Amino acid sequence: ENTDPQRIAFLLRKQWTLYSVTPLYRFSNAHLKNYSRLLSAFIAAERQKGWAVEVGVELDIKVAVSSLPDLKGSDQDHAAILVELFSRSPASQKTSEEKLIWSGWFCCVCGDDFFENVPEDFTCLPLFLTNGAESYTAIVGSWFQKTFDCCFHRLAISPLNLSWMAAMWTGCKVDKTASAMELIFSVPGLLQPLDISYAIHPEDAKALWDTVQKTPGEITQEEVDIFMDCLYSHFHRHFKIRLSAAKLVKVSTAIASAHCDGIIKFLQSQYLIGVLKLLTELAISQIQ
Amino acid sequence: IATSLPLPSEGDHLRPRIDLIAFMIDIKSKYSLRNVEASLAYVDASFFLGKVCFLVTGVGRLNCCSVEMSAIWKLREVYSSPVLFCELELEGIRVATAQRLLRMLEICAGLIPGVSALYFGSLMSRS
Repeated sequence: ENTDPQRIAFLLRKQWTLYSVTPLYRFSNAHLKNYSRLLSAFIAAERQKGWAVEVGVELDIKVAVSSLPDLKGSDQDHAAILVELFSRSPASQKTSEEKLIWSGWFCCVCGDDFFENVPEDFTCLPLFLTNGAESYTAIVGSWFQKTFDCCFHRLAISPLNLSWMAAMWTGCKVDKTASAMELIFSVPGLLQPLDISYAIHPEDAKALWDTVQKTPGEITQEEVDIFMDCLYSHFHRHFKIRLSAAKLVKVSTAIASAHCDGIIKFLQSQYLIGVLKLLTELAISQIQ
Repeated sequence: IATSLPLPSEGDHLRPRIDLIAFMIDIKSKYSLRNVEASLAYVDASFFLGKVCFLVTGVGRLNCCSVEMSAIWKLREVYSSPVLFCELELEGIRVATAQRLLRMLEICAGLIPGVSALYFGSLMSRS
């Protein structure tokens, strides 16, 4: 995991919406500049058709498709592909002041086991992460679908998987003083859902996880269950509320935060690949 | 319907004979699994000869899953009792499941000649 921290710094502390993507047909790293032009033209054409994002403002949209060679897990993984949309108002074309308005990246971390039998013409980048307006996501997505015959689906994260993340990320060592671990639960109410936020001091959480985990580097479902049950019973003892009957919707730790609607935020560069590996697995299981 | 076992002793003398126990587990609630696991301890061993079944609800939306399937299979194995899956929010499935349970109840109560609750037990050992 020798990823240059500077290059991937822009990925941190941003909210990314997750999608699973089926393999892309006849995608080639050699044609990235072509793809930038074609996608630019596509967006311009769509806007002529009347698809407007910002009313009243005439924006010139420039597309940049690039490769992120460090963002992969194993050598078999295809390097991550980054798509960026920049806006440039016609008035300031001379000054070429470009503003990043949308970004999305495809990646695959340790997906080789699952993609063994895929024919050569296909490129496997099962995870797609976006930041920016939903309308741009839709248009970029539809261009990729048309051009590479692939399918995008929102990637939701079940409470089961969120508990795994909570346990896994609690065990990670962080250099600076870590932020509190927060779990957010949703309880269906008669008038409106009730949200319960459970914040735990990171050292207490780590101490608890250390007593539960038997083999360092390995996590079992049983250990995750024990960890969560301890947290639930502690809460019940104090507030008489059974969190195990509520729906876990968000997990926030110093490493990353994840929401069940499929939204992630990476907070530590050293664990980025680890989190991507888990998300790649979730994306692959949704595709299959 | 009881929320957990054991049943309160006050109603013992008025309670009719129990022919079938269906334990309901909501896949969206870890608590419901724990509750069922705790309640199973209060069931007399003779019930596990075909008079117990597990009804797993909420399976329509796997994205809200808080209970892992391996825990459900473990229950089926350990207690040799069938597992039914149901989505309560869909009327068709709800009605179909109710009909299945009713049929099982009729067999367990001995109302169907030639078939007893032990039949369910033999189904389990084959799988």
